[in-house]
Amino acid sequence: MHDSVVIALRDTLDKVTGFIYPNELELQWSILIVLYPYLTGLVAGAFILASLERVFNVKVLKPTYRLSLLTALAFLMIAPLPLQVHLGHPERSFNILFTPNPTSAMAMFGFVYLWYLMAVLLMEIWLDYRKEIVGWADTDPSWLKRLIYKVMTLGVFKPTEKSFVIDDRVGRALTIIGLPSAVLLHGYVGFIFGSIKANPWWSTPLMPIIFLFSAMASGIAGVMLLYMFLCWARDVEIEMPCLDTVAKYFLTAVIVAFSLEMLESIQTAYEAEEHFDIIQLLIEGKLYISLIVIQICLGSLLPILLLGLTQIFELPEKVRKVFYAVSGTLSLIGIFAMRWNVVVGGQFFSKSLMGFTTYKLELAGREGLFSASVIAVLPFFVLAGLLWLLPPWENKPGGAA
Amino acid sequence: MRELPRRDFLKLTASALLTAAAAAAAAPVAWAEKFYREPPWRRKKPYWGFCVDIEKCIGCGRCVDACKTENDVPREPFYVRTWVERYIIRKDNEIKIDSPNGGMDGYPPVENPETVAKSFFVPKLCNLCENSPCVQVCPVGATFKTEDGVVLIDRKYCIGCRYCIQACPYGTRYFHPILQVADKCSVCYHRLRRGKVTACVEACPTGARMVGDLSDPQSNVSKFRENNKVQTLKANMGTEPKLVYKGLDKEVR
Repeated sequence: MHDSVVIALRDTLDKVTGFIYPNELELQWSILIVLYPYLTGLVAGAFILASLERVFNVKVLKPTYRLSLLTALAFLMIAPLPLQVHLGHPERSFNILFTPNPTSAMAMFGFVYLWYLMAVLLMEIWLDYRKEIVGWADTDPSWLKRLIYKVMTLGVFKPTEKSFVIDDRVGRALTIIGLPSAVLLHGYVGFIFGSIKANPWWSTPLMPIIFLFSAMASGIAGVMLLYMFLCWARDVEIEMPCLDTVAKYFLTAVIVAFSLEMLESIQTAYEAEEHFDIIQLLIEGKLYISLIVIQICLGSLLPILLLGLTQIFELPEKVRKVFYAVSGTLSLIGIFAMRWNVVVGGQFFSKSLMGFTTYKLELAGREGLFSASVIAVLPFFVLAGLLWLLPPWENKPGGAA
Repeated sequence: MRELPRRDFLKLTASALLTAAAAAAAAPVAWAEKFYREPPWRRKKPYWGFCVDIEKCIGCGRCVDACKTENDVPREPFYVRTWVERYIIRKDNEIKIDSPNGGMDGYPPVENPETVAKSFFVPKLCNLCENSPCVQVCPVGATFKTEDGVVLIDRKYCIGCRYCIQACPYGTRYFHPILQVADKCSVCYHRLRRGKVTACVEACPTGARMVGDLSDPQSNVSKFRENNKVQTLKANMGTEPKLVYKGLDKEVR
């Protein structure tokens, strides 16, 4: 295993430009660590969309409420996987939970994650579905599903109406707790990078909030596209008031995220500290395509333009749908590029600020494109399973979904 | 609930404001007293420090070789616990820095030597930070500072997340390709504890490197710090390195 790394690094040696510290040749955080904030961001964004319906009573969003929750759960279940695969000693990862270092941002991951998964998401989904689960446990035609539902009722087969009222209240309270938790989960991911003073590309107090808003944009775009896709797959009419509202929130998130990113860039350029020269070279060189073209032009400006048009003009439904689908897809690609630019981009230049190393994405191997693609696709399989078990739409379980 | 008369309310507000103002006025005095921080080596003996005299370094690279041998560092040029950088600053202010193979096998000859304004070698190693970013970020506490001031890694506990490598401003850490854990200069802690100096110090033919006990005012490092104008690398990071340099040029990163 390590031989291939060493051979690849030997090849990289003559691709260094300028001067880097000898240990900086190897890029420490690869595509898997790009994937991690991306997946977590989708979780936080999807959950925040769900909270809008529940906490702020945006009733029109009802059709996407459960879908958002299930999407958040599916992505949350896979989110730690890229981290785990990336570790040198995955078998020791439980030490993060048993002997966390209180000064380490990363050590808090396990706790924030468990809190979010166990206390917030699972509880909220269960409470929301409880009434149906009890019904399905009796009526579902498949014995396997009946068995799973029976386990999921936790032994209460005849809950009273009063208990559903309590469920609803607890569920609402959970969402209210969940909202800051989602913010914490993703804001914290930004902090992992933003708190590294050794790296001027990362070290900014804006990092958590930039991550948060781009997470919201990606999560809302993800749920929006999933909703459109599922309606198409189930041959059901899209509820346009819902889709229009989701798109409106999506536009807001994209605008805020983009403004914050630009604010940060302008500040860096204006202050022009010691590290500015190397950052400028980085943006004009190695990150030109992924930052200027993909992240800014295609991933932010074009979606803002398209979504803006839908707000200004009364476009026909068909056109709106196309605009939403295109801007959602572009934004998801753009936000992936943003994670790439932060994580990989931040490791291209030397901390001596005098040169660049390079990164060649391998196809195979633990940190290769193949394993990253598998991890990126996994949440959709989890989501398919969840949709099979807990259909978010109001038709009979077991029917053609 | 009892109603608060307006007069009482005003009195209460005024006294709260006055108290806050008095505290604010007294605060700078209190802060000024706290501004002087006692060096940690006053409290703990021994407390290890390191000094480098740049003017004495001839760039022979024997320190790098000795370190790799002593500490089983992979022989590849991209894994080093210590290395030596060569700076060539030309008369037109063009700066060239190199450290081929960490400086272990010497350096290629200088082109157009007549255009060189100055040239020097800078040995690099763990900066022995008092406030180590690497210790701060390690999620499991596998990287820790010993009570005598040395930052070490517990190889049996490190999970290999590489966060510490990102956090070190000096690039002194690498990921060990065989052990799959982070690795760094330990200032030959195993030797220090037995009363020996580090392998690099022992191998240095010119005495450009020094290791010693900062808590002893008569030690080589204490005397060196006392008698010379010394500097640390990247002082703005607030890491408070216990590795100091004499003769550090402003171009050195």
